[in-house]
Amino acid sequence: MAIPANVETTFLLGRLNFQAIPKDPIVWVTFVGVVIGGLAMLYLLNKYKLWGYLWNEWFTSIDHKKIGIMYMVLGLIMFVRGFADAVMMRAQQAIAFNGSEGYLNAHHYDQIFTAHGVIMIFFVAMPFVTGLMNYLVPLQIGARDVSFPFLNNFSFWMTVGGAIIVMASLFVGEFAQTGWLAFPPLSGIAYSPYVGVDYYIWGLQVAGVGTTLSGINLMVTILKMRAPGMTMMKMPVFTWTAFCTNILIVASFPILTMTLILLTLDRYIGTNFFTNDLGGNPMMYINLIWIWGHPEVYILILPLFGVFSEITSTFSGKRLFGYTSMVYATICITVLSYLVWLHHFFTMGSGASVNSFFGITTMIISIPTGAKIFNWLFTMYHGRVRYDLPMMWVIAFMLTFVIGGMTGVLLAVPPADFVLHNSLFLIAHFHNVIIGGVLFGLFAAINFWWPKAFGFKLNVFWGKVSFWCWVIGFWVAFMPLYILGLMGVTRRMRVFDDPSLQIWFIIAAFGAFLIACGIGAMFVQFGISIWKRNEPEYRDETGDPWNARTLEWATSSPPPSYNFAFTPVIHGLDAWTDMKAAGAQRPKADYIPIHMPRYTGSGVIIAALCTVFGMAMIWYIWWLAIVSFIAIVAYSIYHTFNYDRDYYVTAEEVRAVEDARDRQLAQGA
Amino acid sequence: MRKLPRLARLAAFAPAIMALAACKMEVLKPSGDIAERQKDLLLTSTWLMLIIIIPVMALTIWFAWRYRASNRNATYKPDWDHSTKFELVIWAAPLLIIICLGALTWVGTHLLDPYRPLDRIAEGQPVPDQEPVRVEVVALDWKWLFIYPEQGIAMVNEMAVPTDREVEFSLTSTSVMNAFYIPAMAGMIYAMPGMETKLHGVFNNPGEYQGLASHYSGAGFSGMRFKAHAVDQAGFDAWVDEARASGANLDRAKFLELEAPSENVKPTPFAEVDPELFDRVVNMCVEEGKICMAEMMALDAQGGTGLAGTINMAQLTHDKETRRGVARPVFGSEPFMVTGFCTPADSLKMFADLRENAPTVRKDQTPMRGIALPRPENRLGIEMPRIIQDARRDNAAEPKL
Amino acid sequence: MSTATQLQAPADYWETEPHHHPEGASTNIGFWVYLMSDCLMFAVLFATYGVLHGNFAAGPGPKDLFDLELIALNTAMLLFSSITYGFAMIAAYKGRKQATLRWLGVTLFFGLCFLAIELYEFHHLIHVGAGPQRSAFLSAFFTLVGTHGLHVTFGSIWLVTLMVQVSKYGLHQANMRRLMCLSLFWHFLDLIWIGVFTFVYLMGMI
Repeated sequence: MAIPANVETTFLLGRLNFQAIPKDPIVWVTFVGVVIGGLAMLYLLNKYKLWGYLWNEWFTSIDHKKIGIMYMVLGLIMFVRGFADAVMMRAQQAIAFNGSEGYLNAHHYDQIFTAHGVIMIFFVAMPFVTGLMNYLVPLQIGARDVSFPFLNNFSFWMTVGGAIIVMASLFVGEFAQTGWLAFPPLSGIAYSPYVGVDYYIWGLQVAGVGTTLSGINLMVTILKMRAPGMTMMKMPVFTWTAFCTNILIVASFPILTMTLILLTLDRYIGTNFFTNDLGGNPMMYINLIWIWGHPEVYILILPLFGVFSEITSTFSGKRLFGYTSMVYATICITVLSYLVWLHHFFTMGSGASVNSFFGITTMIISIPTGAKIFNWLFTMYHGRVRYDLPMMWVIAFMLTFVIGGMTGVLLAVPPADFVLHNSLFLIAHFHNVIIGGVLFGLFAAINFWWPKAFGFKLNVFWGKVSFWCWVIGFWVAFMPLYILGLMGVTRRMRVFDDPSLQIWFIIAAFGAFLIACGIGAMFVQFGISIWKRNEPEYRDETGDPWNARTLEWATSSPPPSYNFAFTPVIHGLDAWTDMKAAGAQRPKADYIPIHMPRYTGSGVIIAALCTVFGMAMIWYIWWLAIVSFIAIVAYSIYHTFNYDRDYYVTAEEVRAVEDARDRQLAQGA
Repeated sequence: MRKLPRLARLAAFAPAIMALAACKMEVLKPSGDIAERQKDLLLTSTWLMLIIIIPVMALTIWFAWRYRASNRNATYKPDWDHSTKFELVIWAAPLLIIICLGALTWVGTHLLDPYRPLDRIAEGQPVPDQEPVRVEVVALDWKWLFIYPEQGIAMVNEMAVPTDREVEFSLTSTSVMNAFYIPAMAGMIYAMPGMETKLHGVFNNPGEYQGLASHYSGAGFSGMRFKAHAVDQAGFDAWVDEARASGANLDRAKFLELEAPSENVKPTPFAEVDPELFDRVVNMCVEEGKICMAEMMALDAQGGTGLAGTINMAQLTHDKETRRGVARPVFGSEPFMVTGFCTPADSLKMFADLRENAPTVRKDQTPMRGIALPRPENRLGIEMPRIIQDARRDNAAEPKL
Repeated sequence: MSTATQLQAPADYWETEPHHHPEGASTNIGFWVYLMSDCLMFAVLFATYGVLHGNFAAGPGPKDLFDLELIALNTAMLLFSSITYGFAMIAAYKGRKQATLRWLGVTLFFGLCFLAIELYEFHHLIHVGAGPQRSAFLSAFFTLVGTHGLHVTFGSIWLVTLMVQVSKYGLHQANMRRLMCLSLFWHFLDLIWIGVFTFVYLMGMI
């Protein structure tokens, strides 16, 4: 467990040596499991000769739909890891009473809560949200792909690279023991001398490059690639929220990148940005990281607000109430999200006037958010609400999220924050909004758009099992934390000495168990649906199984690689509803060749090199760092010499695909 | 089947356990006036927000039920998507609540600012005309050090204060950021290296309360707890005498020893404390020869020390093994410290200046209550237009009714 | 009240003519957005420098370290390179490949001169003991100026690549787009340097 105090650095392997292999039995069992699972997967891939298929059809794909799906898969895999961390924490806190140290030592436990936060935000929520936007935005605006398709592929693989770096820390070396934002001086070289924080930094940097680039990409896509007639105020609400999210990404991730660079310099060459001594200022890091960190919260939630809008209006069979005010509310939130960062550290002693300013700006955000909730309510009003799975998640969200919003405003009152800051009340609050908002929204989105992406619906029974386990499990897991927070219990504690608290932690652990059942049910739901995908009850022939309203439902499920054989023309807000009302049939003759970008492996290769570079920097393997860095530059230059990046889908190929769709539609009818 | 009665018995116990736990909600049932008022604000805000949250939740359930697809009696207007009246309400209602809450926040934040000396000991009980009890708190790896400058004693991981006396905490840390929190007394405040933060509080009920570190600080964080005793004056004096009787002396050398990381430390008293110690900790110059922050900042304010400032450095030996790790960045130089320029006489004077406690100035709280807001002062030094000056004079001259 | 859209004739909902997005139409705005994100990184560095610029840690300050004449020369180099890049773009728009290459070469020369002078300055500072480790002020200074220098370095590598590509493939549409992007990048760096020169060097000396 102990951190090697003075690690020998060798030329060939840097700091890497046998000491770096964790001795912890839990890690070992996991490692063996991963190795066996990995080998089994490799065997299956080889047996069914899937390598070529995966490489040619998926990894090198620059089709926004496939990249979107790959983002979702990445998010799902990392979600399992992040949730495993959560379960371990709940178990530790439920048993570490009456002098028991629990089953995790400090070195292990501190890594777990850090990894849980980092993974859940950067490698679960972010890939889910990015994947959703990637899949839907071009379809919703009637485009064939994003503006920079190659960049899109590269961004995805950079995110994967970051995830690989973070996952590697589990088996080689250690992860940061600093909390998910790595506040210095604790994250400085003096207090965290080993590789943990370096894993954190390089994992986030590699993934952060990807996120920034994909933000630029989607932002430009929405600005430039909209179908004719789609003015800004005729964009679907999801596209609007995606647009604001990507503005936030572009305008906040560079801050994170730079802040982490400064921390890197402190750790590698001994500068004094965030050190205690020699003029450094750790408070500056905390300000900078939250100037990124607060907009990040809205990066996560805004697209889901879009999802709720689409689903509510679809399943109420009604136009969205107050589209304009919805859009302005989104813009308000976007702007205000930059004016509230200080509420994360009222207790640092900024003084009453500064604190109350930031407290009040925080409360102001609740006004547009409240308006949104009301808009969804009035969308249901005078509607015909169908309770399919997506809509169930929306109702669960509305009832859960308002409580999270309320406790959030409560924490924005500085004197209340002084007693609740860093407590389990805070933990309960942000899980209340992130699970109740982001995750519930994602589950709604997955159930809603799955038929679009794969051509068959998800199993309803297991979906409902998952829904109830999740919703009840959430409340059982986090209500006790609100109560514990009011008892003055602080977050990140490993052992407790007050036995009367234990009952609450046991209840919370039971809640985590219920959530685990929910996750299990969800995987069963996916499995059964895939298994029975050709049965008529699952099959979606129409491309529009929910009688939905926006453009993505105007094409087949799954959509062809070029999305639309002819570009749609937009006259109003709910483009597809209008088309259905006007009886507009898609043209079925005179197909024209379609200009499409060509698949390329460059993104995978450059991202892999970046990952190697990150690992080399973490372990001080300087020769490898230099070699991989030169390789990154050289390969990028080589890539620019390739001018042949697109091709035409011929009119015959388009005809073949479209005719197949006609046959399918006829079958479904 | 046999299990059932046992479960039932457990279930019968559950409310009892919960009630037991509920009475320990220190945040909602504190023992100090500041925490009490923080709690009041917390509850008021909650009620205020419930004004809007409860109707929203009720409406959600009602609409979800009423407009279910199977209910063909409900109105169905698929194209209805706008109503100025409703829009006005849905923006105005939260706005009104936030205006109220904002006002509450502004006033509450100022009145309960941890830096602000108390304006009452408890409801209806003004602060007696006496200086507060001063406690200097140092967050160490991983324990709390309490220095009582007036009593000249120190204590690790335990503190005591007399009830109904204002307590003024000065806080700092030696290594990383930390937060000092006694839930029953007042809210928390960060303790940060090289900086000093303040917290004012008071205990109204005698008792033994939990105190803790509420900002994660590394491996030994969970064990960084202490007992805070609120006792009467006699009890406090006895507690001080007990510490005095221990005979141990906390000088700079001893402090450097104490600073080394240790976990779950038992309360340790010190009968004597170097009077400069806390200021040296804040100024990060407990080590011999290291420059104090105050001196460094004074030099910096004069524009640094010129090129001579590139040779006033010495090897930093202290951090080497005793603290948490090696502090050598891979491409950087060995850790170094800047040596001081001050002569011992200069230092003495500097610390004497630093120690001079300004008497507690109690701020007038009437403006915060919105009663008799004073006229805006002419702070900018700008000449007021004659008309306003005349008007003011006339107002002042008017006889009061 | 309803704001439902007027329905159109069914045929008006699909565009049957080839819908052509001009190639690279998004590149220009995309690059601008990228530059803004880069600008934000510099904003963080400027803010950091603003916070730390007085923290000399009882060490040397700007007046003891900066050689304004050298920096003025350096600034001139970068400004010249911007003008010559402008000439290169004019030549490119006229379709004169050789002239474009010549002006790009001159730009590269000035860019490298700038880097050489900056490296000399850094070397000198570290040599007298005022390296980035000495104080927070020096950390912020080295990082701000060094990040700009790194940008110029990558700009130069990009410039060389583009020179090869222009000489090999000529001034076709893709290369013109790339020249345009590098032009934006190069002038952007110039602008950042004006900020550095003003806020770090000039204001440091008063």
